[in-house]
Amino acid sequence: MTLLSYLLRRFVGFAAVLIGVSIITFGLSHLVPADPAIVALGDHATDAQIDAFREKYGLNKPVPEQYWIYVTNLIQGDLGISLRTRRPVASDLRDFFPATFELSLTALVLSILIGVPAGVISATARNRLPDHVVRIVSLIGGSVPIFWLGLMLLGFFYGRLGWLPGGARIDKFIPPPPTVTGLFTVDSLLAGNYKAFSSSVHHLLLPALALGYFSTAIISRMMRSSMLEVLNHQYVLSAKARGLRPWRVVWRHAARNALIPTVTTIGVTFGSLLSGAVLTETIFSWPGLGRYATNSAINLDFPAVMGVTLLAALVYTLANLFVDVGYHWLDPRIRHD
Amino acid sequence: MTETLTIPTRARRPAWRRSPLTVAGLALIILLALIAVSAPLIAPANPLKQVLSTRLKPPSAAHWLGTDQLGRDVLSRMIYGARISLMIGTVVVGLAASVGTLVGLIAGYAGGWLDESLMRLTDVFFAFPALILAMAISGALGPSLTNAMIAIAVVSWPVYARLVRAQVLSLRELEYVEAARSLGASAERIVWGHILPNTLAPLLVQASFDMGGAILSAAGLSFIGFGTQPPTAEWGVMISEGRNYIATHPWLSLFPGLAILFTVAAFNLIGDGLRDALDPRLRGTG
Repeated sequence: MTLLSYLLRRFVGFAAVLIGVSIITFGLSHLVPADPAIVALGDHATDAQIDAFREKYGLNKPVPEQYWIYVTNLIQGDLGISLRTRRPVASDLRDFFPATFELSLTALVLSILIGVPAGVISATARNRLPDHVVRIVSLIGGSVPIFWLGLMLLGFFYGRLGWLPGGARIDKFIPPPPTVTGLFTVDSLLAGNYKAFSSSVHHLLLPALALGYFSTAIISRMMRSSMLEVLNHQYVLSAKARGLRPWRVVWRHAARNALIPTVTTIGVTFGSLLSGAVLTETIFSWPGLGRYATNSAINLDFPAVMGVTLLAALVYTLANLFVDVGYHWLDPRIRHD
Repeated sequence: MTETLTIPTRARRPAWRRSPLTVAGLALIILLALIAVSAPLIAPANPLKQVLSTRLKPPSAAHWLGTDQLGRDVLSRMIYGARISLMIGTVVVGLAASVGTLVGLIAGYAGGWLDESLMRLTDVFFAFPALILAMAISGALGPSLTNAMIAIAVVSWPVYARLVRAQVLSLRELEYVEAARSLGASAERIVWGHILPNTLAPLLVQASFDMGGAILSAAGLSFIGFGTQPPTAEWGVMISEGRNYIATHPWLSLFPGLAILFTVAAFNLIGDGLRDALDPRLRGTG
């Protein structure tokens, strides 16, 4: 199969999944027992206002037509009005997304930087002390409740030792850098504001560690098992036989190929990062989508919850699409099957 | 001249020597189940009883794990919490595995457009980050333990559907199924009597991992207010209630968190062990 037809097929699948996703979020919004018009406008709304709202969102139409209106609105970027913030959900998402993106991206980068070498070391030291340590640490990572870990880190490093800040994205006495990307670390560097940079890095550290632990565990386990397989391959044995230095065989020859199957886990990991962000952001008062979603759900702000759900599904599906295409590109063996 | 062929034999080592961690996991779960069943007998106090005069006491001889902000005995609440966590795991995995297995059997055996549409349906469910969809569902249904379990089951069944379908696809081409078919066995009989029993092993592996996953998700939902509601003694709720005392009275959140950690790790160890036992190629690679 050529790359183009593969991409085309993947894109059609992607579109089909998005349609399915929209049907589910549409269905969920209809599960809510309250009348959405009255919930949105409040008890004091006039009949004319309620009628206008129903007309706009098609609430007085048959269900298939309501779905059509819902999708048309979605495509135009209209996700409804948040009942809590009284702003368009799309603008809220735009405002809160960068914080979540910065946190998840940092967690992902940390988990790759720690997980990949940990997996390699574990495989090369199989059944020896370093292997046991890595395996136990990753067993804990796969089993620990992320919100509890966050809480414990917070209690210890902020409450007891006072070494790291206890929440938010930046020190409250330091003005946030002018928005370019929305990522405080990048924006403060762009502005040459090193004080803001240092403060945002300090604020990122604990939540990113708590959030990234689970993915680190998954990545190191995957890397370990694919390294163990690769280390037995003929080309690795022949590289050893040719007298190449062991670290060169391990890192240049084996690890590079063992990385390929690990890449696919990174896509799956992204979903756990988005889910984990909901809990981590709640603990660390991180002003991102996760905290927005939790606060909205507690206040029965359904347009907002559905907006986050849709965006999360879109980002997750896109991440997996990229990973699949990347995998296709990385591994020539699967390119033409 | 006769040559003797010696086959190296290895004495079969007992299970706890071959995979001590799996056995440890199993022992932990059995212990937990015993604690859960006998909670009313072994709990030193009523888990809901408030004694405000002894609030926020550190661990002592009277209260082994201390008391919480309402003077309730933390150990007793932990013991009762084991009941809820194990129940959540069992109900969620039971629901998800039954629905998923049924869908997988139908998709794999029927094939054609039905298979195609059921699999696209699983794709759609896989598109959502699990906890976010579970939160949206329990938000829509209203926060309660039952709704949280339904929500987690809804996000968990597609894995089983895919797993069982893949098994069915490979099994239905095997000779023994062919033989049953040529003997005139009905589709129903082939699926239930010949195919389903052979899909159980991988299903069991998935189920043990999911027991841990379900307990984690349910605790997470309770923590943000969408699962079990206070004052019920549930580990996620306990962590959430101890949150404001984390710097001064860390045991309130510490112990229930450790309980979740050990329980989930035990299920993960059992899952690892079962997977290795079923697929010898993976032995020691996990």
